[in-house]
Amino acid sequence: MGGDLSVNYLSRFYYQYRRVIKALQLYLLIAGPGLIVMIADNDAGGITTYAATGAKFGYALIWFLVLLGPVAYYVQEMTVRLGAVTKHGHAEAIFAAFGPFWGWFSLIDLSLVNWLTLITEFIGMTAALSIFNIPPVITVVIVIGIMMFMVVQGRYWTWEKLAMFFCLLNLVYIPAAFMVHPDVGSILQKGIIPNFPGGITATLIFFLMANIGTTIAPWMIFFQQSAVVDKGMGKKDIPWGKLDTILGAVFTVVVAIFIVLVTGTVLYGMDIQSAAQASTTMMGSYPLVGTLLAIGLFDAGLLGAICISLASSWAFGEVFGWAHSLNNRIREAPWFYAYYFFAIITAGLVVLIPHAPLVLITLFVQVIAVTLLPAALVFLILLLNNEEIMGEYRNTTIQNLVSITIVIGIISLSTLYAFSVLFPGMFG
Amino acid sequence: MEKFEPDIKSESSEGRSDRFLARHLSKFTEINKKYAKPHIRMTPMVRIALLGLRIYLIVLVLVLVYKFYTLIRV
Repeated sequence: MGGDLSVNYLSRFYYQYRRVIKALQLYLLIAGPGLIVMIADNDAGGITTYAATGAKFGYALIWFLVLLGPVAYYVQEMTVRLGAVTKHGHAEAIFAAFGPFWGWFSLIDLSLVNWLTLITEFIGMTAALSIFNIPPVITVVIVIGIMMFMVVQGRYWTWEKLAMFFCLLNLVYIPAAFMVHPDVGSILQKGIIPNFPGGITATLIFFLMANIGTTIAPWMIFFQQSAVVDKGMGKKDIPWGKLDTILGAVFTVVVAIFIVLVTGTVLYGMDIQSAAQASTTMMGSYPLVGTLLAIGLFDAGLLGAICISLASSWAFGEVFGWAHSLNNRIREAPWFYAYYFFAIITAGLVVLIPHAPLVLITLFVQVIAVTLLPAALVFLILLLNNEEIMGEYRNTTIQNLVSITIVIGIISLSTLYAFSVLFPGMFG
Repeated sequence: MEKFEPDIKSESSEGRSDRFLARHLSKFTEINKKYAKPHIRMTPMVRIALLGLRIYLIVLVLVLVYKFYTLIRV
């Protein structure tokens, strides 16, 4: 009797909410590229930037992080449309539309920037696990093992769901923030209303530029467009792809804010140079929070490494005409996987070289990235405005106004950031 | 007349690497040919954007060269 009642209740519930349930089921099928790319955007370098921002300015720049969500969404949403309409990755789209000069420039620059960024992800991961006394060589072996396991299945779906599991791990910063008991009144008072703590100083500009620089990286554009194509998304899936990207943008901003809450509460006023340093310092007063920060840093580096290495492999596969889908097994797409393994193994080995100039590499990445980012963004806007390529999915006037403003802002600030890295005394 | 047949088994490693290089260089040529004609319509907006990008990259490279020069001089 009780069983009948519960079945009856369940069927009535399903009948009432069947549309919502169907929509949720459909979203879960489409979800992936947007969420993964946005969460992987909070990579090892990103976590360091947010941790240092919180330690330097407390909660004062939370409003700025909130603004970065729409910025990331507007850029990445264009890659969803371009991928779904053309069925080509960004590298191939550049070759086809702008010819070999810009094509080779983008491909070679992308592979260099991605490889250097991959090294910085390994630096973050080895630093995170060294907090637990795990030697770098073991960390590198573990990471390469995980990354190999994720792709050898020969199924995009498996890779995507495993990547989404690592995305969930990124949420460790939320309980960490609750454990340090930040003052809600203070957050609302100092963090929500736009303000420039201490006036517009050289340090503040540097931090704003660093935060913008971590919001959009060249690999993100290439990665999401290729992932949309590999997943087989078509024009009808564009609204879901957009929703996926919006949720990813919200997710990434939430995580960034919670990192700022942690370091802004406990490490406020300290000069933090890396997320690993923040984690080690935190161990003294909040061991569990320090542990969560270290786990989060490792996860962030791993997610970044997974996406960055794939972005390069997809790009080379598209241009060279190799089989380049995660739905292919290794023997079906040997060059695609060879490039993927080559990139991760060599990047991992660099970190193990004694006295390797890792700090120099980290700084160099920021400079090299600005040689590619403007080109990738400008090509994106030009392609999205081409009626022959995009048809009814081309940018509207409002979309152009917003995206061109964002692109000009990103190019200006990231270029200034690179200059400030090259010439440290530039802003006083 | 005896027909000349290359002895593949005894081919030197130099020969093999030459063939490997030739095969891959031809791939580059093939890609260049395939994408030789840009598909995008060269409207004034596209031309200005591409010119702006070229200038931006040239300036950036000059700055990097200057930085490198100052580092070496020190």
